[in-house]
Amino acid sequence: MAKGRVDIDVDRCKGCELCREACPQNVLALADDLNGKGYRPVILLDPLHDCTGCALCAVVCPDGCITVYRDVPQKTPKKEPVLNGKSLSLAV
Amino acid sequence: MVMLAPNQQQTEKLIYERPHSLEEVYTHYCPGCTHGIAHRLIAEVIDELDIQERTILVAPVGCAVFAYNYFAFDSAEAAHGRAPAMATGIKRVNPDSIVFTYQGDGDLASIGIAEAIHAASRGEQLTVIFINNAIYGMTGGQMAPTSLLGQVTTSSPTGRDAQATGQPMRIAEMMAGLPGVVYSVRRSLHDARHVIQAKQAIKTAFEAQMQGLGFSIVELLSSCPTNWGMSPADAVHWVRDEMIPVYPLGDYKVAEALQNKRGRN
Repeated sequence: MAKGRVDIDVDRCKGCELCREACPQNVLALADDLNGKGYRPVILLDPLHDCTGCALCAVVCPDGCITVYRDVPQKTPKKEPVLNGKSLSLAV
Repeated sequence: MVMLAPNQQQTEKLIYERPHSLEEVYTHYCPGCTHGIAHRLIAEVIDELDIQERTILVAPVGCAVFAYNYFAFDSAEAAHGRAPAMATGIKRVNPDSIVFTYQGDGDLASIGIAEAIHAASRGEQLTVIFINNAIYGMTGGQMAPTSLLGQVTTSSPTGRDAQATGQPMRIAEMMAGLPGVVYSVRRSLHDARHVIQAKQAIKTAFEAQMQGLGFSIVELLSSCPTNWGMSPADAVHWVRDEMIPVYPLGDYKVAEALQNKRGRN
């Protein structure tokens, strides 16, 4: 399954928790600290990297605080055949 | 975003970001108020349609009175309920502009019902985003024409009584009966699926105006956690459980030219 992460603007978050309600993976939590407006903002608490980047939290966020990223699957680079430190590639 | 060297692969891609038509400001709305969701959907639609340069908002009186501070396009402020009349004038002198009003239920369904109905009846080329949260939010939670029967508000402390104050007013159905209206639908903002459907409806409403078809209105069922006296999560559940049975979601009028658009139930 795709993996992702969210970036939450904690200064603008009002801690309404609608995103926590929407999150299917339960990776959002309320921070212990208060932000500048006196709210406990929502933070990503995802030690097992369960976030899939589905963006449902961002879709329901009334304050537009959430930016969502999804991991791009990494392609492993092709290995060039090598013999005694010299390339065997036919390309000139 | 991390800058990548030319031979380095991108490790993640951007899936969702705040729309550019929304100013980078802190809104005055209460925590969990779905006005913020409605604002963001409108901004996303305007970004997607690429009409930011020619869009004009006519802001209402009500909780959304400062909406002009939150959108990154032109706007005007109307007297209470008069947004459709003001928008009519703006649209008629600037026919190339895209004009929409953003009105609550106290603004549109009560004091401004005459302006709304007559603008719709004339078939003005306007889009109306109607926020129905069944209460007067800004003034402290009084009963609105859209309040549910039995709903306790500061001006109906024993619950709304049909004998004394009538029945909840169904605007989307009422507007659908007018010949000048080409698009009249009701959507809800209580969960992610319905928010996505609401966005499609807002987009179709703007497209109706861009095609010059006539008056389009999207009614959005919204929550008011503060005046309902609920947590934001309980408030969206109240929309789902109590409001939707009284205000059924659906398409009440969709002109033929818009029939193939997505975002219908």
